[in-house]
Amino acid sequence: MSASSHSASPQAGQRPNSYRSGPDARGRFGLYGGQFVAETLMPLVHELETAWAEAKADPEFHAELQRHLATYVGRPSPLYYAERLTEHLRGEARKAGGDGGAKIYLKREELNHTGSHKVNNVLGQILLARRMGKQRIIAETGAGQHGVATATLCARFGLECIVYMGAVDVERQMPNVFRMRMLGATVVPVESGSRTLKDAMNEAMRDWVTNVDSTFYCIGTVAGMHPYPAMVRDFQSIIGSETREQMLAAEGRLPDSLIACIGGGSNAMGLFHPFLDDPEVTIYGVEAAGHGISSGQHAASIAGGRPGVLHGNRTYLLMDADGQITEAHSISAGLDYPGIGPEHAWLHDMGRVNYLSATDDEALAAFQLLTRLEGIIPALEPAHALARVIELAPQKPQDHLMVVSLSGRGDKDVPQVADILGPNLDGNRGGAQA
Amino acid sequence: MSAVEAKTAAAAQPASGVATGVTRIDARFAACKAEGRAALVTFLTAGDPDFETSLGIIAALPAAGADVIEIGMPFTDPMADGPSIQAAGLRALHAGQTQVRTLELVRRFRERDQATPIILMGYYNPIYVYGVERFLADAKAAGVDGLIVVDLPPEEDDELCLPALQAGLAFIRLATPTTDDARLPVVLANTAGFVYYVSITGITGSATPDFGQVGAAIARIKRHTSLPVVVGFGVKNAGHAAAVAATGADGVVVGSALVDRIRDTLDGAGKATAATHDAVVSLAGELARGVRAGRA
Repeated sequence: MSASSHSASPQAGQRPNSYRSGPDARGRFGLYGGQFVAETLMPLVHELETAWAEAKADPEFHAELQRHLATYVGRPSPLYYAERLTEHLRGEARKAGGDGGAKIYLKREELNHTGSHKVNNVLGQILLARRMGKQRIIAETGAGQHGVATATLCARFGLECIVYMGAVDVERQMPNVFRMRMLGATVVPVESGSRTLKDAMNEAMRDWVTNVDSTFYCIGTVAGMHPYPAMVRDFQSIIGSETREQMLAAEGRLPDSLIACIGGGSNAMGLFHPFLDDPEVTIYGVEAAGHGISSGQHAASIAGGRPGVLHGNRTYLLMDADGQITEAHSISAGLDYPGIGPEHAWLHDMGRVNYLSATDDEALAAFQLLTRLEGIIPALEPAHALARVIELAPQKPQDHLMVVSLSGRGDKDVPQVADILGPNLDGNRGGAQA
Repeated sequence: MSAVEAKTAAAAQPASGVATGVTRIDARFAACKAEGRAALVTFLTAGDPDFETSLGIIAALPAAGADVIEIGMPFTDPMADGPSIQAAGLRALHAGQTQVRTLELVRRFRERDQATPIILMGYYNPIYVYGVERFLADAKAAGVDGLIVVDLPPEEDDELCLPALQAGLAFIRLATPTTDDARLPVVLANTAGFVYYVSITGITGSATPDFGQVGAAIARIKRHTSLPVVVGFGVKNAGHAAAVAATGADGVVVGSALVDRIRDTLDGAGKATAATHDAVVSLAGELARGVRAGRA
C-alpha cells in the first residue's frame, strides 16, 4: 500500500543542499505540494503562476508593496524583549533546581493593521490581483482574521469582496463577521460538510470554478495548489527577514531558536524561511492538540495525520482509514484545519523543523500568563506557541535567544475566553453562580 | 504553457500494458453510433442512500436505457460538486460506504451485466490512501472499465493516470470551457475511452448550458481527437438531454437530477422508501427517450 509506505518514512535520507530552494518546477516540496485541481481551474492556476513570476521579478511591484507595508500596515513590526516573561520563566527554572531561562523576544505581528500577520499576504495578493485586472476577490476564513484582512484591503482598493466562512465559525466569531460586513464584504456562511474552515475552502473553490474570468482567489495560508504555498510564504517571509535584522541589531547575532503556531502555517513559514539554512537556529512549530492527540479531537496534522491529497496539494491530513477527511478540533478557530502547508510537511520529513503541539488548556494558560506579565493579550493561536515556550525556555541557558511569533492579538478571543473562564475569572462559565 | 506541455509530453510514453482488444467502452459507443444516437451516461453515488438500494437502482439502469454507468466514490470534500452530489456522498458515507464496498458494488453488478461500461468517478485522496496499485488491481478485477478523478489534471499524470493505463483501465479526462486550443492536446494526451466535456464553468448540477456553445465546443474537441465526446454538468431533464444529443455529442451525462430523485423520495430519517427505486429508474427511462429524440 503506497500511502502507508509513504507515511512510514516518506523521504528518509534525502538531504537537500538548501532548505530554501523549493518548490520545484511542479510545485513540489519533495513528496508534498503539487497541483491537484479540476481542469476548469488549471488554466487559471497557470495564469497566476505566470503573473506571480513576473511580479516577483518586477522592482516596481516590490516598491509598491514596500510602500503600503510601511504606511498602511505599519511595518516593520517591533521585535520586543519580553523581560517579565523571561524573568518569570527563569524563576520557574530556579524552582526546578536549574539556572537556565532563555531570553525571550516577541515578534509583534499583532501590531499590524487588522491585528495579525494575515495582512502581509493579503496586501501582496491584492496588489497582484490588481495587476492581473481582477475586480472580484474571494477568500475563505476560519477565525475571521484572513477574512478581515481581505475585506480591509478590498475596501482600501475598491474591490468586490466575498468571504466564505463555515457556519459554525460564523457563530463563534461574530465580531469578525460584523467587521467584515462593515468593511463592505459579503460574508457567506457555508452550510456544507462540517461547516468549518475546510468547507469554506471547498466553497471558495466552487465559486472560483464558476466565476473564472472575473475572480481572484486570495488564499490565506501556505496551502492549496502551487503557486499559493510558495507565494504566500514569500509574502510572509518579511516576518523572518525583519527578525533577522532586528536580532542582529539588538544582540549582534542570530537567534538560537524560533517558535510559532501552525494551522496552515503561514506565520510560521514566514518566520522560519529566512533561517532555514542557518543550522545553528533551532526551529519549532506548534500544532493545536485540542483535547490531546490521543483524544482524537485535535488539529495536529503532523502529530496525528498522514500524507494525503486535499485542496490542491499533498500534505499531512487528518483522515480516517478510508481517506475521508475528519474534522479538526481546536479552541482556536484559526488553527482548526485538518491539513498543514506542504512545505511544513517536507520540513518535518527532513527533520529541519521540530513539530510540537499544545492543548486547548495549555494555550489558555499561556494566553493568561502573557496578558498578566507583559500587558499583551495574544490571540489564542500564538498562545499555543507560548505554551511550548513556557516549557522550553527554562530548559535553555540564559544566553539562549528565543523568538516567538506573536501572530495576532487576542481582542477577537476575549468573548470566548470570558465564556470559558467566567466573567470574574473564577472558572464559572457565562456568569453561572455555582 | 510550454513547461506544462514538456512535462506532460515526458509523461506521455506509450503504455505498453494497455489491452489492445475492444473494450466495453469502445463497443458501447460504437453500438450507439451504429444506431445513430448519443449514449446516455448516468451518474449515481455508490451506496446512496444505502448499499442494497444503490445496487438495485444501478443494476436496473441498463434496462431503463442507460448505456454507460458512472458510479461516484463518496468523498467528504467534493470540491467540484454542487449541493446535490455533496449530499449524496454524505448520505452514502453515513450509511457506511467505503472504497472497498464501492468495488464490491461493481463486482455484484458485473455478476449480471458483462456489457455495460462502468466508470468510477471521484477524488484522488480515497484512492491514494487505498494505495494506487492495489486500487487499480482491485478495480480491474471487480469489472471497472475507467476512472474519472476530478482533481488529477494532466500535470499530475504520473500519480494515477499512467498507472491506470498500464493496468488496462481508461483514464477519462475532463475538458472544460477554459481548456483552450493550446491546452487541449495536453488534456487529451493520455485520455482513453472518451472525453468528458464539462459544459459550463461551475459545479455539478448548477447552471444549464448554452447548447449553441456546447455544439461549437464539441466540434472543436473533435478536431483534436477521434474519441467519443460526452457532455455533462447542468443536464437536468429529457429536454436538455435531447438538446445536448442534438449538438453532435456522442453521449449525455446526467447526475444531479437522478441523485435528486433519491433525495426527494427518502423518509424523514433519510432512509429509502418504496418509491425510491422507481423514481430514479423512471427518470433514467425518460432521459433515454430524450437522448433518442435528440437526433430523430
